[in-house]
Formats: sequence, C-alpha cells, structure tokens
Amino acid sequence: MAVAIAEAPFHVLAVDDSVLDRKLIERLLKTSSFQVTTVDSGTKALEFLGLHDEDASISSVHQDVEVNVNLIITDYCMPGMTGYDLLKKIKESSSFRDIPVVIMSSENIPSRINRCLEEGANEFFLKPVRLSDMSKLKPHIMKSRCKEHCHQDEDLLSNSETNPTNNSSSSSDTITISSSNPTEKAADDEILTKTSRPNHN
Amino acid sequence: MDYSNLRRQAASLKKGLFDQGHLDEQFRQVEDLQDEASPNFVEEVVVVFFKDSGRLISNLEQALEKYPRDFNRWDAYMQQLKGSCSSIGASRMKNECMSFRDNCGQRSVEGCMGSLQKLKREHAILRQKLESYFQLLRQVGPAGAATRPAM
Repeated sequence: MAVAIAEAPFHVLAVDDSVLDRKLIERLLKTSSFQVTTVDSGTKALEFLGLHDEDASISSVHQDVEVNVNLIITDYCMPGMTGYDLLKKIKESSSFRDIPVVIMSSENIPSRINRCLEEGANEFFLKPVRLSDMSKLKPHIMKSRCKEHCHQDEDLLSNSETNPTNNSSSSSDTITISSSNPTEKAADDEILTKTSRPNHN
Repeated sequence: MDYSNLRRQAASLKKGLFDQGHLDEQFRQVEDLQDEASPNFVEEVVVVFFKDSGRLISNLEQALEKYPRDFNRWDAYMQQLKGSCSSIGASRMKNECMSFRDNCGQRSVEGCMGSLQKLKREHAILRQKLESYFQLLRQVGPAGAATRPAM
C-alpha cells in the first residue's frame, strides 16, 4: 500500500536582498508550515544549492550533499544577480531544473512577468506578499514531484525488460512498483502507477 | 496597574495611525503573522524597518550630495525604500517615496529635496507613534494581555 512520500515539511529557499522582506517571507512561509532557508543574494542561493556560478551545468560533484529544496522563491530586483538571472541558472542545471521557482516583485511590469514565465518561473507574486499567496505554493511542489516520478517511472519502464527488479533510489518509486501486482506487464504498471498517483491539484 | 486604560490608549493610538493614513492594510497583514510562536513579531519587524529605512535615507542623502543630478541613482535608492514602506504598510512614507520618484522623473532637484524632507518628517512621526504604541503594549504586558485577545 502506498505510503506518504515525505513526512518532513517542504523546504523553501527564499532569496531577497532586503532584510525586512526576508523577515516577512520567512514568517509567511513558517506560518504556512514550510521549512525555510533565507539567503540575501542569488549567489548565496546557488552556493546553498551546491551550484557554482561559472558552471551551473556541472553539479554532479554536489549530488551527495543533502540539499533538499522543494521550491525557490526569489525577489526579482537584487544587486548583482537578479531573480531572473538566478531563475536561468536553476533552469540550466540538470539537478535543479525541476524545482519550482516563484518570482516576487514590487513592480507590476507585464513584460518582466512574461519574461520570467517564459524562462520557466512557475508563479509571479506582486509584493507585498500576503498569507493568501502561500496557498499557491504547494500545488507547484506537488506537480513537480509528480513530474519527477514520471521521469523515474519512464526510466524504470525502459529498464524493466533487462532488469525487472530494478532498484530506484527513490523510495516512492519502490512503493509504487510494489503496490501493483509484480507479475503485471510494463504497460500495465504504467497505468497502475498513474492511477495510484495522488492528485494534489 | 490600570490595564484597561492602557489597552484603550494603545488601541486609540493604533486607530489614529490608520485613520490618519500613516498605516494601511498591509500593517494588519503583518499583525496577522504574529502568534504564540512569534509573539513579538510585529515589534521586531518595526524595529528592522526603522533601522533599514534610516540607513536607506542616510545613503540617499549622501548620494544627493555626492552625485548631483544623478536622478537614476537617487531613484534606485528610493525604489528600495519604497519597497520597505510597502512591505510594512507605512502608507504616508510610501506616498512621499512615490512623490520623490516622480520628481526624479521630472528631473527636479528642488522637487526631490522637498519630497525627501517630507519623507523624513513622516518617518520621524511614524517612528515616534509606533514607539509609543509598543511602549504601551509593553506596560500592559503578558498579565494585561492575557485577559483579552491581541489587538
């Protein structure tokens, strides 16, 4: 029977150069039951994730490090690396491109908003951010986790012929596979895992 | 200790701040974030705000002197300050920030200087009133507050 994927609260990385706004976003997130890490720059955010500015694509070195971030929320206007620059780096990274990114800005500039969304931002919050905005975060996290499982399921399906007892590193996949009849063919597995996946929308 | 009188004074002070437009709805949003886990949150935020805004105003004043007619630079400082005012609901201050930025857009040094003076005045007024407010709350203390929900 499928078990809860994670009992720990979701971890959000909040990036903002304003000390006041960092204090507020931290409180907003904690009140909404998120675990929070705040940093004051895009550079520090990348450091925290284990990515380096120059070669965002080379992140394999840091995969052993336990950095589990479920969502990144960042201010747009920051000195040095803007929120948009940070968004780009994250989307260029093979390890972190699936982490949902939310952009915050005090200015309602449609071209800016579109640019961010086109680059892969999942949501755009106008500042000041409110408690009611927090409820928009979890759906993005759940969607990205479903996406993650899709990728892992596809890998497992493609491997199933050569290695039926393929062990994936994700506990949720082990659970998914074991929840279905082990004698089922690959195609049926796919159907079963899809229907057993909870809908968090 | 006359807690009910102190509470009345604190409530009246706060009402005045809203009625006179010093604070807006965003301040109530900040108050909503205060709870048992973070019982002094509002005051902490206010302290951070005045420290931050004091610093930004000071930086701006230096820039006004060091970089004459550098409206883009001045505007950039003011954008930061406006953001902070907006985050805490400091409504009158925010309006003066916007007025300053308008003057930057119109390239009016005199206008900018005028806006800055008004901004500093509003900053001082808000600081004094909020300090009084928190002082009253502190006097009411946990004993006084226990008999009534937070204001």
